[in-house]
Amino acid sequence: MNSWEKEVVPLTMKGQIAVPYTWWVGETGSRFLLALRDEEKILGNRCERCGTTYVPPRKNCGLCFVPIDHWVELSKEGVVTSHTIVRQKFQLQPANTPFAYAIICLDGADVGLVHLIKDNLEKLKNGIRVRARFKEKAFRKGDLRDIDCFDII
Amino acid sequence: MDKIAIIGVAQTRYERRKKDKTYYDLVYEMTRDALVDAGLQISDIDNVVTISNDFMDGRTISSMAVGDAAGAYDKNISTVEGDGTFGAFYGAMRVLSGFKNTLVVAHAKGSEGDNKIITNGMFDPIYQRHLGLESISSSALQANAYMDRYHISEEDIALVSVKNHANAKNNPLAQMPMSLTVDDVMRSNKIADPLKLLDCSPISDGAAAIIIAAEDQVEKAKKKPIWIKGVAHCSDNYFLGDRDLADPRALRKAAKKAYAMAGITKPMEEIDVVELYDAFTYMEPLWLEGLDFCDPGTGIELLKNGVTTMNGPLPVNPSGGVLSAHVVHVAGLARIIESVLQLRGEAGDRQVNGAKTALAHGINGPCGQSHCVWVMSNQK
Amino acid sequence: MAQRVAIVGTGQTDHKSHRPDVSQREMIQEAVMRALADCDLTIKDIDAFVIGNMDHFESINYVDTWSVEGAGAIMKPIMKVTTGGTTGSTVAIAAYYHVASGLFDKVLAIGWEKNSESDTTAAIITCSDPIWDRFSYSGAIPSLATEASAYMKQYGATQEDAARVAVRDRNNALNNPHAHLRRPITMEDVMSSPMLAYPIKLLDVCPRTDGACAVVFAAENSAKKICQKPAWVKACSVRHTYTWFGDSSDYTSGLVSLKRASQEAYEKAGIRNPAEELDVAELYLPYTYAGLKWIEDLGFCRPGEGAQFVADGHTNMDGKIPVNPSGGVISTNCIGATALLRVAESAIQIMGKGGNRQVPDVKQAIATGFGGCFWSDVMILGAAMP
Repeated sequence: MNSWEKEVVPLTMKGQIAVPYTWWVGETGSRFLLALRDEEKILGNRCERCGTTYVPPRKNCGLCFVPIDHWVELSKEGVVTSHTIVRQKFQLQPANTPFAYAIICLDGADVGLVHLIKDNLEKLKNGIRVRARFKEKAFRKGDLRDIDCFDII
Repeated sequence: MDKIAIIGVAQTRYERRKKDKTYYDLVYEMTRDALVDAGLQISDIDNVVTISNDFMDGRTISSMAVGDAAGAYDKNISTVEGDGTFGAFYGAMRVLSGFKNTLVVAHAKGSEGDNKIITNGMFDPIYQRHLGLESISSSALQANAYMDRYHISEEDIALVSVKNHANAKNNPLAQMPMSLTVDDVMRSNKIADPLKLLDCSPISDGAAAIIIAAEDQVEKAKKKPIWIKGVAHCSDNYFLGDRDLADPRALRKAAKKAYAMAGITKPMEEIDVVELYDAFTYMEPLWLEGLDFCDPGTGIELLKNGVTTMNGPLPVNPSGGVLSAHVVHVAGLARIIESVLQLRGEAGDRQVNGAKTALAHGINGPCGQSHCVWVMSNQK
Repeated sequence: MAQRVAIVGTGQTDHKSHRPDVSQREMIQEAVMRALADCDLTIKDIDAFVIGNMDHFESINYVDTWSVEGAGAIMKPIMKVTTGGTTGSTVAIAAYYHVASGLFDKVLAIGWEKNSESDTTAAIITCSDPIWDRFSYSGAIPSLATEASAYMKQYGATQEDAARVAVRDRNNALNNPHAHLRRPITMEDVMSSPMLAYPIKLLDVCPRTDGACAVVFAAENSAKKICQKPAWVKACSVRHTYTWFGDSSDYTSGLVSLKRASQEAYEKAGIRNPAEELDVAELYLPYTYAGLKWIEDLGFCRPGEGAQFVADGHTNMDGKIPVNPSGGVISTNCIGATALLRVAESAIQIMGKGGNRQVPDVKQAIATGFGGCFWSDVMILGAAMP
C-alpha cells in the first residue's frame, strides 16, 4: 500500500434513487385483478394445447408458446404445497412477523399461487387445505392483495 | 468445441465491507492481477466482458462505471448482467468466435445497497413483489418443498454449514471461516423456516477476473492452462408456483449437456472436485442431485457418508463455497477460479490432491431458476 | 473456427407511446411470435436467447429469468446483456457470437422497453457516477446539446441543417407500419417547436416508446435452409470508450467511439468507401445534429461536410446512401430495442422485406448503436455470404 493510502480516511456518500413506476398490467392481468376486486372471484385460464390451467392467468402458455383464451373460475380453496414461516422483519413485508408465505395449488389450477397465511401457523404443514380471505369490498383495489391472506380450514 | 483455456485468474479477498475501495478500484485491481497471473499485458487483451448489476450498483448502465477500469478503452466490450458463470460463458463464446484473449471481470459491493430490497426487485411487480418476497424467504419455500418431500431435517442441512465454514479456514480469501457445530447452526437466528442465519450466505464485497484464451495463445501463458471441456446453461420457469422447486430440472439439463461436451459419462468417478453455488445450506445437496452425482433426495447422504468432505473422493466446495463468501455475480466466477486453482495445484491448504477434472456451477434468478455448469480439466 | 452467421427473421411490435393492453412480458412475446412467423420457425427451433433492456426503466431485477414465459425460453439457455442505449446492438452482437462460436445453431436476440412505465429522465440520471457526475448530469438531452453546440461552432452548421434530418426521418416513418410517430413534419414545425436545451428543440429529439424487437440469428447451414435471402453478418464492432462525462468533451475530434468502431468494422468487411459501397444505413441518431455530425465519423463525407451532404439529398430515400428508411430513432425509441431495430431494419432491407420502405437492390447495410457515455456499436450486414 502506498503511504498516502495509509493516511487517507475513506469517506462515504449517501444517496437513494427515486424513480417512480407505474406498470401496465395488460388486459389479461387486468381481467384477473378486476374479478378479484369487483366479483370476489379468482379466475384462471387454460392452455388448450397442453391443458395447463394457470393462475394468475397468462396471455400465452410459456410451454406451448401459443395464446391462451379459455378462462375458468377457480375455487377459493386449495392445498398448500410449500410454505415458510417468516420470522425476521423486513420493511417491505405485508404483515407482522411471524407470518407465512405459501405456494397454494387452488382446486382447478395446475400451478401454485404464492400468497400469505397469517393465522394458526402452528397448524401449517404441506398438504393442508386453505381458503382465500378477501378484504372488504371498500378496501379492494384490483391487486393480488385484495385477497388479504389464506386461512387454514 | 474448439480448445480454449483459462490462463489468468484473480479474486479479491471477500469482505463484509471494503471501505477503502470503490467497485471500479476493485475491477482495476482484478484486471491488473489477472494479467500478471497470465503473464500478459493489457494490449494482449482484445476484448472484455464486464459483469455487473444495475440494482446492486445503484446505477442504470452499471457497465459504464468499469470500462476504463477493465482496460477496455478502444476494445470491443460487452456486459452480461447475471452470475459470473454466465458472463464467463459469453467470454468463452467470444474466444470460440475468433477473439484471442478475453478478459471477464465481475464486481459487486453488497455493503452499499440493501440486499433485501434489491432481491425483492427480482419478483414480478404485478403478482409477487408487494408480498415482500426476497432471496431468503423465497429460498425458504424451496428448502421447505425439498426437505419435506425427502424427509431431510434441519440438522442434516446444518452439516453443510459446518463443513463449508470449516473449509473456509483453509481459504485466505474467504469472508467467513468458522468452526461450527450443528448445534451452533440450529441455535442461530431464525429468518424464514427452515432457514436460520447460519444456513444463509453472507453479504459481501469483492471482485474477480479471468482471462480466457484461444488455443494458439496459450503458449504465452505463464502458468498451466486450464482447458474448458464443457459449458452449458438452462433456465426453468419463472413463477415459483409454476415450478417443482424440489426438482432441479434446469440444472439437470445443463449438466447433461456440459457432461456430453466434456465426454463425461460417470460424473462421480470422472470429476475430482466440485465448486457449486451454495447460497443456502439446502442448495448443496439439491444441486448435487441435479448434477447427477446421486439420486434425487439423497444429496445429503453424500455428506453424511463423507464423500463430499475434504478427505472424501469428491470434495465439494473446498474454498468454503458461497456460504463463506457471497459477492453477487462474482460468486459464480469465484467457483470457476477456485476450480482453476485446484487444477493448477495452486490451492494451498485447500488443495484437493491430484485433481484433474473440476466442475464449477453458478445460478441466476430466484430459487436457482437458471443454472450454468462448467467442466474444466488440466489435461488437453 | 467461427461459423458464418446470418439474420433469417425479424419481428417487432407496433410501437406506441403506451401499450396498456399488454404487460412487459406479453409485449416481448408479441415481438418473438412475429420474428418466428417471419422465418417460419417455431419456438422449439430456437436454441438460445439473449435479452436486454435498461433495468431502471422498468425496475425488474434479473430480466432474463423473469422473462422466460414471454421470451419462449423455458428450459432453454437465456442470458441478459445490457449496456444502456447500445443494449439493442450489443444484444444483437451477443446473439451473433452465440452462433459464431459453434455452440448454438439458432439464437433469438430480444430487445425491449416499456418507457411509459417510469420517469425516463429520473432513471437515466442514475447512469451517472453518484459521487462525481450525478449532481451535474441532468439527463441525456443536455449532454447531447453540448455536443451539438460545439459542432455548430466548429463548422457553422445551423439549426435548419439539423431540422432537415428530422424531416427526413419522420417522413420516412410514414412508410413504416411499425413506427411510433407517423405524422409528417415540416422544417417550420421543427424550427418552431419548443427549445429544450439549446440548440435542441422538441422535434429534434426522439420520443419515449413502448416496444419490443426480436431477431433470429442462424448458423450458415441452417440460414440457407430457412431463408431465401439471409442477411449475413459481415462485421461487428463495439467501442464503449468513455466512463466519465467530462472525458468526452473534446468534441472537435468527432464521435471517437463511432469512428473507431466503424473503422474496425469497415476493415473486417473490406469496405473502403462507405458512402459508395453501402446501400442503406440504419443509424442510431437520438437527435438531429447527430445526423449531420456522425455521418462524418462514419466516413460518409469529410469532417464539416455533414450538413451539406444531407442538404444535397445524399441521405434521402433516392440518394446515394439512404439513411433511416424506417424513420429511425427520432420516430421510434423503445430504448432496449432501439439499437436492435437498427439491426433488424438493416436485415429487412437486405432480405427484401421492406415493403414501402424498401430501398431497391440492397447488397450491404450498416446498423449502428449509440448510448451510454458517447458509446458506439457497428454491425455490417451483406447479401452475400462472407
